[in-house]
Amino acid sequence: MFRKIALGAVAALTLAVSVNAASAAETTVHIEDVAFPYEGPFGSFDRNQLQRGLQVYTEVCSACHGLKFVPIRTLADEGGPQLPEDQVRAYAANLSVNDEASNPKLIDPETGSARTLVPADNFPANHAAGAPDLSLMAKARAGFHGPYGLGINQLFRGIGGPEYIHAILTGYTGEEKEEAGSVFYENHAFSTGWIKMPPPLSDDQVTYADGTAATVDQMSMDVSAFLMWTAEPKLMARKETGFKAVLFLIIFASLLYLTNKRIWAGVKGKKLA
Amino acid sequence: MAGIPHDHYEPKSSGEQWLHKRLPIVGLLYDTIMIPTPKNLNWMWIWGIILTFCLALQIITGIVLVMHYTPHVDLAFASVEHIMRDVNGGYMIRYLHANGASLFFVAVYLHIFRGLYYGSYKAPREVTWIIGMLIYLAMMGTAFMGYVLPWGQMSFWGATVITGLFGAIPGIGPSIQTWLLGGPAVDNATLNRFFSLHYLLPFVIAGLVAVHIWAFHTTGNNNPTGVEVRRGSKEEAAKDTLPFWPYYVIKDLFALAVVLIVFFAVVSFMPNYLGHPDNYIEANPLSTPAHIVPEWYFLPFYAILRAFTADVLLVQITEFVTFGIVDAKFFGVLAMFGAIAVMALAPWLDTSSVRSGRYRPMFKWWFALLAVDFIVLMWVGSQTPTPVTAWISLIASYYWFAYFLVILPLLGVIEKPLPQPATIEDDFNAHYGKAHPAE
Repeated sequence: MFRKIALGAVAALTLAVSVNAASAAETTVHIEDVAFPYEGPFGSFDRNQLQRGLQVYTEVCSACHGLKFVPIRTLADEGGPQLPEDQVRAYAANLSVNDEASNPKLIDPETGSARTLVPADNFPANHAAGAPDLSLMAKARAGFHGPYGLGINQLFRGIGGPEYIHAILTGYTGEEKEEAGSVFYENHAFSTGWIKMPPPLSDDQVTYADGTAATVDQMSMDVSAFLMWTAEPKLMARKETGFKAVLFLIIFASLLYLTNKRIWAGVKGKKLA
Repeated sequence: MAGIPHDHYEPKSSGEQWLHKRLPIVGLLYDTIMIPTPKNLNWMWIWGIILTFCLALQIITGIVLVMHYTPHVDLAFASVEHIMRDVNGGYMIRYLHANGASLFFVAVYLHIFRGLYYGSYKAPREVTWIIGMLIYLAMMGTAFMGYVLPWGQMSFWGATVITGLFGAIPGIGPSIQTWLLGGPAVDNATLNRFFSLHYLLPFVIAGLVAVHIWAFHTTGNNNPTGVEVRRGSKEEAAKDTLPFWPYYVIKDLFALAVVLIVFFAVVSFMPNYLGHPDNYIEANPLSTPAHIVPEWYFLPFYAILRAFTADVLLVQITEFVTFGIVDAKFFGVLAMFGAIAVMALAPWLDTSSVRSGRYRPMFKWWFALLAVDFIVLMWVGSQTPTPVTAWISLIASYYWFAYFLVILPLLGVIEKPLPQPATIEDDFNAHYGKAHPAE
């Protein structure tokens, strides 16, 4: 009887694997796999890493990129950077609005300029330099594809959004060119090989409070992990729910298996234990 | 058709009798749940219950999502993020709903292929089959419109491409497309009507499911031998069947629990695996994604749609013969819908007198090839078109049609079937031996 179930399971799995619609055309670029601590069913966010990533975002990225879907108050949430409440309030008050046109809710109608932010606000949007919003960037890019459109790499390594961000931030060669009035920077991780964003990071650009050496690689990893949190703030709660659900279902299925066996025993001519 | 003879509900207490005279609802439920079911059903007969569960799951999670979702082009994407971040358990409800669609289609494809292998579509179950196909069509419409609602890039451009298919119909196409969209392009009107229909269609499906169940409760279930239950008397029927409760209720619940272990693992540990990263980018009418790919469950038919390009001889001949009315684009659309239509016509295309593939030595191989063909179509539908994939999709598409239009009609004539068991009881006893009396 289990042959049929096994066949069904194999068929279902083949469906699921064969279908992952990875478009493999433009991705001749190689994205390096990074072993982030939150990966896998047992992984969890490293709170210190998220705080370092927040610092990189605040001191570097936020000049051009917004996080418009992320409420500032969630910095205090469990399973995130988990800053103390008073620090979150101070952090909000210190945030500057770099693109007033994109943040009508943050503009004081009387003075006409940005008001002081509070934790209930979202991070400001920032479209001034044409830079994309980063709230969901870690889920909006795929670092891994294939092979042959089968989705197997994504099955084992994850979709690879944070790896893609890390690869972009560390993929500059130092070459630049000017085309139609815009400057492009050579970057091995970018699909066309040339990206409009100037290299944002250099060694020791930020000073980490926990003494971690601020290499470009380190800062890239930290901010990638932080952006995974902004994209998926409930990741830890989700996995916890998953463990409870799967554990419950395994027990429930075992009981149903025994019940089923007993009910059918008489019909199938087997002696009951 | 009278159905399989069995004991019916007898109201005992005066209260039961009072209700039964006015509304025999308890009797209806009793007869439904105690329906005699062939005792030899194997594990491929579990998908119906899984599908019923999926429908309930989608409706329940969907209704909760609607409480927090805003169908407006400027607010839809943000409202989904609101669900993911601020609504209690919202991330779980949304991931259950999104992956629930995938489970729904995994189950429906296995359910359909089970029917194709064991000849469940054959007389007297043609109506059950046709209603099943209508359910499948309604599911595809619902899933497509649901995918538009988060208003990401794939939502927007998927909607643009799919409604564009209707624009390919000669003459009236553009008018139909405008009517579907509620305007000249995908916009707020489109989002609103898709939202409305996405809420409506599941209840249409629920109604069709009730009729689907009614139909096969009238004819009785098919079973792996394809041999009918004996209906001469209650005693005779009881040798071939078991009441649905408790035998199949418990078996199906066990199967459901096993399937749900996998489902919850996917939802909790890799909820975006079956999605597309581009749908986490808000819809932008000014920026077309490099590759517009439908969700995995549409890929086989998307592959058939793309297979018939203007380079294909059959398409060129058709265009010539129809004086250009059926051009390559319209041909592809016809092929895509035709691929489902030929499947729906299987009861009349299959000429074999034997129902179950188990006793059809040649059919088995052609069926296995069809299953492989389906997977190949799914894979090729996800690929960027190249000359090689164009050939693969064309050959795979031809086979899909050949199976239903040529192989099924011919096999019934040339194939020599194996001997079938005389009764379901014989088949069951051959597996398990005779039951111990009164144990």
